[in-house]
Amino acid sequence: MKVLVGIKRVIDYNVRVQINREGTDVIKEGVKMSINPFDEIAVEAALRMKEAGQATEVVVVSIGPGAAQQQLRTALAMGADRATLLETDDEVQPLAAARALMNLVEKEQPGLVLLGKQAIDDDANQVGQMMAALWDKPQATFVSGLELDGGRIRAVREVDAGLETVEITLPAVVTVDLRLNEPRFVKMPDIMKAKRKPLETIAFSELGIEMPPRLESLGCEPPPSRSGGVKVDSVDALVATLKDKGVL
Amino acid sequence: MSDRDVMEYDVAIVGGGPAGLACAIQIKKNSPDLSVCLLEKGSELGAHSLSGAVMEPGPLDALWPEWRDEPPAICVPAGDDEFLLLTRRKGMRLPTPPQMKNHGNLIISLGALVKKLGERAEALGVDVFPGFAGAGLLLDEGRVTGVRCGDMGVQADGQPGPAYAAGVDIQAGTTVLAEGCRGSLTKEAIARFGLSEGRSAQTYGLGFKELWQLPPGRCRPGLIQHTVGWPLDSATYGGSFIYHLDQDRVYIGFVVGLDYEDAAFSPFEAFQQYKHHPRIRGLLEGGEILASGARTLIEGGIQALPKLDMPGAMLVGDAAGTLNVPKIKGIHMAINAGISAADHIVESGTAEGFDARWRGSASARELHKVRNVRPGFNRGLWLGLINAAWETLTGGRSPWTLRTRSDHDSLDVVGSNPAPAFADNWVQDRDLPPRDRLASVYFANNAHDEDQPVHLRVADTSICETRCYEEYRNPCTRFCPAQVYEMVEDDNGRRLQINASNCVHCKACDIKDPYQIIDWVPPEGGSGPNYQNL
Repeated sequence: MKVLVGIKRVIDYNVRVQINREGTDVIKEGVKMSINPFDEIAVEAALRMKEAGQATEVVVVSIGPGAAQQQLRTALAMGADRATLLETDDEVQPLAAARALMNLVEKEQPGLVLLGKQAIDDDANQVGQMMAALWDKPQATFVSGLELDGGRIRAVREVDAGLETVEITLPAVVTVDLRLNEPRFVKMPDIMKAKRKPLETIAFSELGIEMPPRLESLGCEPPPSRSGGVKVDSVDALVATLKDKGVL
Repeated sequence: MSDRDVMEYDVAIVGGGPAGLACAIQIKKNSPDLSVCLLEKGSELGAHSLSGAVMEPGPLDALWPEWRDEPPAICVPAGDDEFLLLTRRKGMRLPTPPQMKNHGNLIISLGALVKKLGERAEALGVDVFPGFAGAGLLLDEGRVTGVRCGDMGVQADGQPGPAYAAGVDIQAGTTVLAEGCRGSLTKEAIARFGLSEGRSAQTYGLGFKELWQLPPGRCRPGLIQHTVGWPLDSATYGGSFIYHLDQDRVYIGFVVGLDYEDAAFSPFEAFQQYKHHPRIRGLLEGGEILASGARTLIEGGIQALPKLDMPGAMLVGDAAGTLNVPKIKGIHMAINAGISAADHIVESGTAEGFDARWRGSASARELHKVRNVRPGFNRGLWLGLINAAWETLTGGRSPWTLRTRSDHDSLDVVGSNPAPAFADNWVQDRDLPPRDRLASVYFANNAHDEDQPVHLRVADTSICETRCYEEYRNPCTRFCPAQVYEMVEDDNGRRLQINASNCVHCKACDIKDPYQIIDWVPPEGGSGPNYQNL
């Protein structure tokens, strides 16, 4: 079985995100970029399937600028077999991303598509679901446990009420959550091997996806800064302060 | 037998700063067949790079003539220079010393520059490995034969965790140590090969830097301002810089000589005090911090410079100590040292002889000329300024060479002198951010897996609890810019607590600790700050 894993290049989760002066977008210039952490977990899940003999090939795909090759190379160094970049400098919104991935699914015919549950930049949490609908295949989202059993997948989902276990048939789309696994460290000799692994670049514009943006971004602003706490001397003062704030 | 992977290279370079990258690029330019790898402990190139920085572009132009075609993210031509002497309330304009005139130079972010240099090195075929720390030297019969990379996934108890990956042994014909100021492998090499024997003591400074976004209209792109004086007393060497960038941004920073004497002194607090000076405060008020960090600088000059080669390995850049203190510039010197090391490797195929080669270079003459300026300040600011003027007028032709003094033994024992007055005229209610050191570390984007061994190795913590407390009141709790060291007192008495995940890899503790019992070793590769545009 071939596993297709989608990864997105995002601002590294350790970096404090800053908004540009115009308030139109976050600053990406000169900022550290990495694989979206949920997607890295998806790569790890695919590699473990391959190591367990359940998958034959792991293909990673990204949609984004040419620099996203760095993130694909990292996934190859982790152990993926080959990579495809659908290259564009434009913003790609979830539906367009789902369609582009579908394009690749038709070409690659994977038995399983693994994605992060969402990207930490736009936090949309839509691509996996949209893709499954376009593909007309089963989906399991927010997955923190994964068992492959012949042509079926038993997946543990993190839902509001707790954990939900579902069983779906392959081919399918699975989006993964934080607790599924802990991605491996990349080893230096594997970085060298990854340089020789195939990485194909396809211009996004050649996919024939006519997709004007459906969402318009109106502005960016930082969360309001918290004012400091106040210490009061007595219960009376506390009550008075709370009344003053309209809490009591 | 070890189960470590082994990789072989002609040249292994430790440290992705300007010296190491210049060396890598120059080797590949002139001898593309030599295999070269470069290790960087930061998670990416530039993640641990912090410098003022005003750069003399000459050496970079020579190394890579086309670099200006796509300049790094921050690159602003130097404009006017201002040099101020601060008192508590006033600032007096002093004539700008000739070394500090910056016409033709560029204000850059060293982090952004090394990212560009890294791309160039990779394009030339250098294997660049960010996220991998050099943990130890490989030695064979008194010769350095390469570098052992740090293990990944070791738990706090020292045992391999589930994701454990043993560090690779890199076997190299020549190893180039380009770790920057107070490198951990450099320290090992200097001790093992006696490279500093007969040299004047090495001396250091501790530098802080913040990147600020200001309200529109205050910034004058290219303006370069330096100050000496308040809030430091005249016995303490140091000063400030403000470099005006584009887009209403400024770099503001402060450097303190680590040979300061008062154990109660806090370099971080001095920096924050300085920002509240009436001449400075108005610039910053209403602005916000985008990034901040700290790093030590090497200030010993040519009389403290160790021998630059040993069997199988060499030292370049600030790992060696080629910073030009009066110019307050090290990047051009580091690039020159890297180029010189590369030429030596290509021409001779060995590390031996590099020391002699470098000492015959223009860089060595540059350092020789200014050798007496920094140690002149050992007798205070006023004599230091007079001496600096003399040395500048005579072009360094004094028949003497002043000795530098070491930093770890410069502290006065508590109570041995009258109570210092340095903080009497300090601002009581600071209101500019950051509030404290932890708030400052927040802007360094630190990442550090907590479940790993503490990388600040204290040989004997009982000294901290007893002798150091009595003699110096634990100065590590004050000089560390990231509040890594805390003395905790509870029912069981006094003990040292090390908050290793705060560490910004500045190395001040390794330098200033009065008993030299702190050994800074690299944590898991990729740990530490993630500086952006510093």
